[in-house]
Amino acid sequence: MKKEFYNIANLVTKNSKILDVGCGNGELMKYITENISKDIRGIELSKSNVQKCVEKGLTAIEGDAEKDLRQFPDNSFDFVILSQTLQAFLDPENVLNELLRIGKKAIVSIPNFGHWKVRLHLLLKGTMPVTENLPNEWYNTPNLHMCTIKDFENYCKQRNIKINLKNLKFQNLFSELGIFILEK
Amino acid sequence: MSEKDKIKTLLVKKPLKLDCGQTISDFPLAYETYGKLNDKKDNAILVFHALTGDQFASGTNPITKKDGWWNYALGPGKAIDTNKYFVIAANVIGGCMGSFGPSDINPKTKKPYGTNFPVITINDMVNAQYNLLEYFKIEKLFSVIGGSMGGMQVLQFVSNFPNKAHTAVPIACTASHSAQNIALNELGRQSIMADNNWQDGFYEEQNKQPDKGLAVARMAAHITYLSKAGLQEKFGRKLQERDDLKFSFDADFQIESYLRYQGSVFVDRFDANSYLYITRAMDYFDLTKKFGGNLSKAFEKSDTRFFIISFTSDWLYPTSENREIVIALNAIGKDVGFVEIISDKGHDSFLLNVPDFLNTVRNFLNKSYEKIQ
Repeated sequence: MKKEFYNIANLVTKNSKILDVGCGNGELMKYITENISKDIRGIELSKSNVQKCVEKGLTAIEGDAEKDLRQFPDNSFDFVILSQTLQAFLDPENVLNELLRIGKKAIVSIPNFGHWKVRLHLLLKGTMPVTENLPNEWYNTPNLHMCTIKDFENYCKQRNIKINLKNLKFQNLFSELGIFILEK
Repeated sequence: MSEKDKIKTLLVKKPLKLDCGQTISDFPLAYETYGKLNDKKDNAILVFHALTGDQFASGTNPITKKDGWWNYALGPGKAIDTNKYFVIAANVIGGCMGSFGPSDINPKTKKPYGTNFPVITINDMVNAQYNLLEYFKIEKLFSVIGGSMGGMQVLQFVSNFPNKAHTAVPIACTASHSAQNIALNELGRQSIMADNNWQDGFYEEQNKQPDKGLAVARMAAHITYLSKAGLQEKFGRKLQERDDLKFSFDADFQIESYLRYQGSVFVDRFDANSYLYITRAMDYFDLTKKFGGNLSKAFEKSDTRFFIISFTSDWLYPTSENREIVIALNAIGKDVGFVEIISDKGHDSFLLNVPDFLNTVRNFLNKSYEKIQ
């Protein structure tokens, strides 16, 4: 399992109620089910990934986070997880609002466009950065709304969204990934 | 003893109050079982059949000599593995495979009920089948499963008996029969009633059969079970045993010949009045309305783990209607999974060899069974 998932799993509390938005093949959900909380479910766009979740005995529904989060009532989860997909939504602002509506807390991770490798790539090569975390070319990337850790912090500040995770300062340059716990 | 006499039947003595107001008692409920009930009695699955199905879900149907209607999904080693689970399937009341239906003899008149048979509902069907749990002394079923009208029965069962099934798998169904589906059912009913042999439903006492009307009803319905793409791929404009058009109304096209065949074999195994009664039950099905427009309320008391399945090319019970059930369950925090399976086989996909579908059912059941151990 990738390191990001361990980091995210460490942020959820024991036996809490969790929704994994864009749960993929259920890898993170499986780890959390076995180690932290059985009360977890996922929503996933890909049919084959939903089937992989079923294979693992996990609860998942096929759905699109941009429109299918609506069906969940306010504050119905202790944690809502969104791993590295925010930048791919047509309307990330709406998705963030929905996460904070249905979850008491939202754990959001973003690929950091402010990482030094990304900056250097653009500075020296003059082409759109392609890195391990951002492997696509400009013409086929699913990422519509790239941002940096700093951008994301500013966004939350402007909207009075509390960022509940320390040590994020100075990491804009050195973290490939930003992981945030958000609260209204 | 004829095959029909060998049908397993539970005589339900307990009175059952039907939605129409009438009460029935001492009525037969025909059923079949597959696999073995274990000592803990925790491996039982109740399978509900669709409009023209019956209790013979697996193996060879002893009456028609054809494969059971769910032979792809149900049997030893299959998705619903009868080496592992004990499967009960009953013929719905109103049906014509041994359960109390319109072709039964009315003891008062000594003639078949015909259209004097009470109008039954999905709720009545489910309540009648609940007697099987008592008969087999099963405290809680492992699962209730069904597609199409079988899926409606699954929803109704969980609503009526919220703590009687660990899991539920409604497939390709709806919580509220749509106007389009009522319209299509009405087309079938009118076709039967337009047959002179129907005789207001009292054809049996006159030794008549409204075969033509029933065959046309089946032909029309059969089209709705397929998809445009599936039909085009299978038949296209291919001609039936001829090189050119005959400039007549013979079955020039293979699709015509196929539909005529489907209609003609159907009348040998199905009763026209049963067709009227069962389609009516489907039309009356509106679980949402029953709970004041809030479908969530139907499942409020349930502790059942749901998995809902729809198919991309099913336009009869489309994904959107299946998703309504998912939404209702999520709105009250119930445990519900959902997937739409890719298939060009239309509504019939749930009866056919669609590997993604069968694997999903298998995995959901087996993993859920592990959880209750």
